Amino acid sequence: MTTVAPPSEHGASGPPAGKAGGKQVDRVFRAIAFAAGLLVLAILALIAYTTTNKAWPAFTHQGLSFFTSTHWNPNDDRFGALDFIYGTILTAFIAVCLAIPASLGIALFITELAPKRVRSGVTYVVDLLAAIPSVVYGFWALAVLTSPAKTIYNDIANSIGKVPVLRNVFGGPAYGSSFMTAGLVLAVMITPIITSISREVLTTVAQDDKNAALAMGATRWEMLRVAVFPRVRSGLIGASMLGLGRAMGETIAVALIIGTSHQVTSHIFFPGDSMAAVIAHNFGEATGLSRAALIGLGVVLFAITIVINIAARSIANRTSAMTGARA
Amino acid sequence: MTVASPPAPPTHEDPGAWINQQAVSGRRRFTNALATSWMIGSLLLALVPVVVIAVYVVSRGASVMSVGFLTKNMQIVTQLAGGGIAPAIVGTLVITGVAAVMAIPLGILAAVYLNEYGRQNRTANVIRFMADVMTGVPSIVMGLFVATIWVSSGLHSGYSGFAGSLALGALMLPIVIRSCEEMLKLVPDDLRQASDALGARRWRTVVSVALPAALPGIVSGAMLAVARAAGETAPLLLTIGTTNVVNSNPFKGTNTTLSKVIWDNAQTPFAAATDRAWGAALTLIVIVFVFTVIARIVSSRFATVKR
Repeated sequence: MTTVAPPSEHGASGPPAGKAGGKQVDRVFRAIAFAAGLLVLAILALIAYTTTNKAWPAFTHQGLSFFTSTHWNPNDDRFGALDFIYGTILTAFIAVCLAIPASLGIALFITELAPKRVRSGVTYVVDLLAAIPSVVYGFWALAVLTSPAKTIYNDIANSIGKVPVLRNVFGGPAYGSSFMTAGLVLAVMITPIITSISREVLTTVAQDDKNAALAMGATRWEMLRVAVFPRVRSGLIGASMLGLGRAMGETIAVALIIGTSHQVTSHIFFPGDSMAAVIAHNFGEATGLSRAALIGLGVVLFAITIVINIAARSIANRTSAMTGARA
Repeated sequence: MTVASPPAPPTHEDPGAWINQQAVSGRRRFTNALATSWMIGSLLLALVPVVVIAVYVVSRGASVMSVGFLTKNMQIVTQLAGGGIAPAIVGTLVITGVAAVMAIPLGILAAVYLNEYGRQNRTANVIRFMADVMTGVPSIVMGLFVATIWVSSGLHSGYSGFAGSLALGALMLPIVIRSCEEMLKLVPDDLRQASDALGARRWRTVVSVALPAALPGIVSGAMLAVARAAGETAPLLLTIGTTNVVNSNPFKGTNTTLSKVIWDNAQTPFAAATDRAWGAALTLIVIVFVFTVIARIVSSRFATVKR
């Protein structure tokens, strides 16, 4: 790590020597700014170290079955977390499946369809979805959504839920608080970030390429298919993965509506639990080994989301020199 | 405008105008219309939750809203009506405020390093990338982190508002860094060169040229980060404890926030608790909305600076 100032990219050959103190101030200012930048790396490293350290007793006590056992019972020191890992993955998967088509549609609306005047307005409305606090989503869904959702789920369970293979996914009895409800609300919550990154990626396609396709007589949809989608495929995958990462880490809304039940099942209308939700519900009362086990869930969650985010950002960055996307 | 003008050429805004509709087969036109309605439909679909949640929160929240609700201490027995949410309002503002005081200056400094010193060198690229990754760290993990290094360590004992601020600050930091860096990037290099040519040192250029030019954008980005932090719940469950009376001292004693009041009251079946949660939700939404609107006004009022 160098402490020497890189050559100026402003074009000037460096300022002439002014007051004797100026150089010192410059050096100190640079060092402070650099330290602030390093803080990001320090926090991430510290998270990994301290949480793993605190969770270690639980990991050594439970061994590999932490990841493979479904037996979680703090009263007799059993900490098999498979139920929760499964719940996290299933709800995030449902959310991403629902959110991708909608987000891509909105992103295309903004980049291809909307007149310039309404573009920022539409973007603003989509960002409002991200401004609603997670706990408000969760509370609203619990108070308002769960009972009509149960009726609709039961209708589905009574129709396609009778078909032999689909029975295993859509079969009843359906619950208002379930994997599906959590996935549905998560889908709304991750739509802004998938939309925002998709939009950034879509704007990188050169207008000339699109015009070329249109000049050949392509309709808008054909133009998108031949000139746009091939260019942005990996960027869109990156955007979807970022959404997946967000959905897995989302805590409060899921904790309120997933149903708090320990099970691994293919039925999406059944209640379950996720890693983040279990931590939120139980950390306050947990002590000793069970507290270590909950921190262990946090370590697993941190590891999964970091890997997904690093992969997603790498893919999205490679597609384009996209810079402004964040949510 | 009275002069006869030639027919306007089709613009990039409207690619459909390039196509002679008669020459396109019905199937192709249908597919295209289908795709168009998918795009419009997605947008309308996204509007549904915004509108429905806003209507519910405002109508249910307004029915419990009163001066007493905003200024009284909390009801100790959850299932009974009465009491207010003053401790939660104070807690939300104090905890978010302390987090902002820590995260915004540090975030701006880090952005200054990335854009004014580091630029494209390897360290800067790593920090930039990891700041992006850090925006994806789940908030509950940030709460666990602060709970392990602060709340239950030798450094400090027990829950406090400040512990919550640490977690919120860590969540805000990468958002501030990235938005501030984007704004600094928009400041034209001509300005920096002019400052250099006058003999100013780099820090002088940063402090009196680059940062002032980017200020509206920085303020707007910081406000959005504050708005997001104000609505956070998960990290606070693990760090601030709870209280029924106003505690404006973040460093001493347990605290509470609006988000935590909603969480606590949402999980009980009692009507009084649900009402209280709706009232707290309305208050929280208003606070978040005010920050978001300030951000919009600041950024649009000074939009000319950004080119």
